[in-house]
Amino acid sequence: MLRKIGLKLILAVSITAILIIGVYSYFNIKSQSEVLLAEVERHANQLIETVKNSTRYAMLLNQREHTLEIINTIGKDPAIKDIRILNKEGEIIYSPRKEDIGKMLDIQAQSCYACHAENKPLEKLAIKERTRIFREHPDSSRILGIVNPIYNEQSCYEADCHAHPKNVKVLGVLDVTISLKEVEKQIYKNEIREAVFTIIAITSIGFIIGFFVKRWVDRPVKELVKATEQVASGNLNFKISELGNDELGSLAKSFNNMTKKLDETSQQLYQSTKMASLGQLAAGVAHEINNPLTGVLTYSSFLLKRAKDNPQLQEDLSVIVRETIRSREIVKGLLDFARQSTPKKSLIDINEIINRAIAVVNNQLKINRISLQKNFDLELPKITADANQIQQVFLNLFMNSIDAIGFNGGTLKVKTAQIDLSPKGITQIKNALCPKTHNLIDQENKIGGMPSIRLKIKSNCNEGFVYLDPVYGKSRHFGGFSIDRNTAHNISCPTCNVSLIDKNEKCPKCGGAIYKIQVPEQGFIEGCASFKDDWQRWKFIDSLGEKKFVEIEISDSGCGIPQENIYKIFEPFFSTKGQRGTGLGLSIVWGIIDNHKGTISVESEVGKGTTFTIRLPQEESTDNI
Amino acid sequence: MEERANILIIDDEKVIIDSIAKIVDLEGYSYDYALDFQSALEKIFSNYYNLIICDIMLPARDGFQILYELESKRIETPVIITTGYSTIENAVKSLYLGAIDYIPKPFSIDEMISVIKRGMRYSEMICQKKKNKNNLLLVPCPAKYYRLGYSCWMNKEHDGSVILGATDFFIKTIEPILNIELMNVTDTLAQAMPSVKFSTKDGLAHQMFAAISGKIIARNEKLIGNSELIEKDPYFEGWIYKIIPSELEYEMKQLIPCSSDR
Repeated sequence: MLRKIGLKLILAVSITAILIIGVYSYFNIKSQSEVLLAEVERHANQLIETVKNSTRYAMLLNQREHTLEIINTIGKDPAIKDIRILNKEGEIIYSPRKEDIGKMLDIQAQSCYACHAENKPLEKLAIKERTRIFREHPDSSRILGIVNPIYNEQSCYEADCHAHPKNVKVLGVLDVTISLKEVEKQIYKNEIREAVFTIIAITSIGFIIGFFVKRWVDRPVKELVKATEQVASGNLNFKISELGNDELGSLAKSFNNMTKKLDETSQQLYQSTKMASLGQLAAGVAHEINNPLTGVLTYSSFLLKRAKDNPQLQEDLSVIVRETIRSREIVKGLLDFARQSTPKKSLIDINEIINRAIAVVNNQLKINRISLQKNFDLELPKITADANQIQQVFLNLFMNSIDAIGFNGGTLKVKTAQIDLSPKGITQIKNALCPKTHNLIDQENKIGGMPSIRLKIKSNCNEGFVYLDPVYGKSRHFGGFSIDRNTAHNISCPTCNVSLIDKNEKCPKCGGAIYKIQVPEQGFIEGCASFKDDWQRWKFIDSLGEKKFVEIEISDSGCGIPQENIYKIFEPFFSTKGQRGTGLGLSIVWGIIDNHKGTISVESEVGKGTTFTIRLPQEESTDNI
Repeated sequence: MEERANILIIDDEKVIIDSIAKIVDLEGYSYDYALDFQSALEKIFSNYYNLIICDIMLPARDGFQILYELESKRIETPVIITTGYSTIENAVKSLYLGAIDYIPKPFSIDEMISVIKRGMRYSEMICQKKKNKNNLLLVPCPAKYYRLGYSCWMNKEHDGSVILGATDFFIKTIEPILNIELMNVTDTLAQAMPSVKFSTKDGLAHQMFAAISGKIIARNEKLIGNSELIEKDPYFEGWIYKIIPSELEYEMKQLIPCSSDR
């Protein structure tokens, strides 16, 4: 039931509120009742003192009727339940109820109890002890009883009536009982009010907290859960709407960022694998088509030669020859795409290459009334790349932009800049030596198409080889046999058996041993030797800092690319130019940039224009290292 | 039928063999063929051919292996490589491994005839050499030059530009030149792609490859209308293009130093 974080929070806050408000109310009611009772008590004491003083004179004169009259009058007050004066023996002498007069009270009765509780009568009673609260019946309201002893005084035993001897200390007791019905009513009312307040307070706290929890926690969390579900099901285009500026808001932002990156990477990967397979396919198809084309071309050319005396036939045959030659050119285009050639790299100035490409399309730009805005970084370093291929890239992109802008004029912006990106995961280890300078690079076992680093590994009784991923930080290692990750291994050079374990250092991730391999002139590669984790360190490369890239941005104000086509544009044979295009231009661009270990991305808005961003490594580290 | 075939055609597709055979027939040569690597080798070892026309993509092993075999057995029969997988890499590799020529599929009849003619001429020269027991009657390429296959050479100048030209081998394997068709200054050349067209007396057109890629900055204007110059002195006065190389270091690896010819 408590599966929702919002409910849990509301429950926790409500329980806290109930506890705090409940305890507070309890003590509040208790102290209020005490104050009320104390007030009643003080009032009763005052009253009884007043009664005693009022009857004093009549008693001294021994005017019994007069005394009775006072007692009667006071007894009529509805708040006073009972008022009576007892003599020393416990006989009721004065009472508003005539039938009570002359009755003897039991010494155990409530009125006598305060003084006679321990059999021996007290002569002095402290003011506090004079009052008592009791019930006549278990279900009747409470009663406050108060006694006030009447002490013997000089004026009493010297009075003319000589009713009291001198040696008696206490002459009698004035006993008043007051009903607490009104007070109890008051206390009950307070309790009810307090309870109602408590309930209202707790409910409102619950609602308020609930409202904000729903707003600040529940809704964003629901949104996040929905997003993760969407992403898990493969929808990488899902975006969480704005969730504010708090932690959940920034979580949502970084989540969006993550899915965006994930989307880009998966697109690149998808493209990469597809291009590779399509390249092979295209090459295969081209080869297969070239053979039959050879037959067609030769035989038709033969017929053409033999038809010299038949101009009609010659004309028809020359169409076949011409069209066959055209097919040959199309296939050639296919092979250009498929060519997985090693680019012919030299140091080139990208700005210059762009200028060369611009020179080619300059006339076209003028015809289409396109204004060119160059924003070149003049400090741009030279990079190692294939000048022709890179020029082809720009040419293709410019031609696309010109087609996208059409004849109504527009702008074409070209911008170059330098940017930095992190080196881990992109730097290839090209040389690796054991301490005795034996080469550890293994050309036969490749990981990700690159020669791996071969090490001898001994664990328990097994002995074999482990092949390290040559890309720093990628850790796609594989072993010649299964490696038990929980035992210590000895890793050594396959040629001379010298250990490659560095005893002075421990893996910072798992605390295990680490291997250390020398890279000539570039320090050492270190890594976790138990292969429990993917820890790797190459201080030399790390110290070089982020890798530098040259970024080229080509934006046009053309018609843009609809969102549904944006991932298709790099696919071979995808074209919106109809008869005018082969659909190979951008896939060739993609292939060339991929061959240069660069990346190309595109952003476009229909009707506003398209921007292609190309990043090429400034130094092809994988070649130089 | 003649006693022996002049030309061995190696291809795994019968239609290609038939096509080439038609052309060979047209020129009056005889032919034999092989559909795979193994039978091709058997035929090469047991017969003498003037010329071999070989495809690269053969089942099991490729045409390059044929070139290796010939080299290791010291068989001098000239080989023309042809392929449907017509990439620059394949062209360069074929020429580097000792093929005298390279012709991408699909080829036109005239293209094939030119190539066959050159090959047959070279074959004749080898026969003559054997008969006379002397060296080939060819002017060797200067030692510091580099060549792409047998037909074209390059030489680095001090200023970083490169001079391109045709080898004596190429000139000697074609009929007297009637016309030389050059590309224009500022045009770009690509390695192992046609750069010059020689029209010869026998009505054929011969394409010569560029030894390396680059932009033409000058061409030997003296050659136009004076084709004897290239026939007389192909290595110095008869140079063809002066270019700014674009991938010199990379492409030099695919070239054969002429010093190795001596």
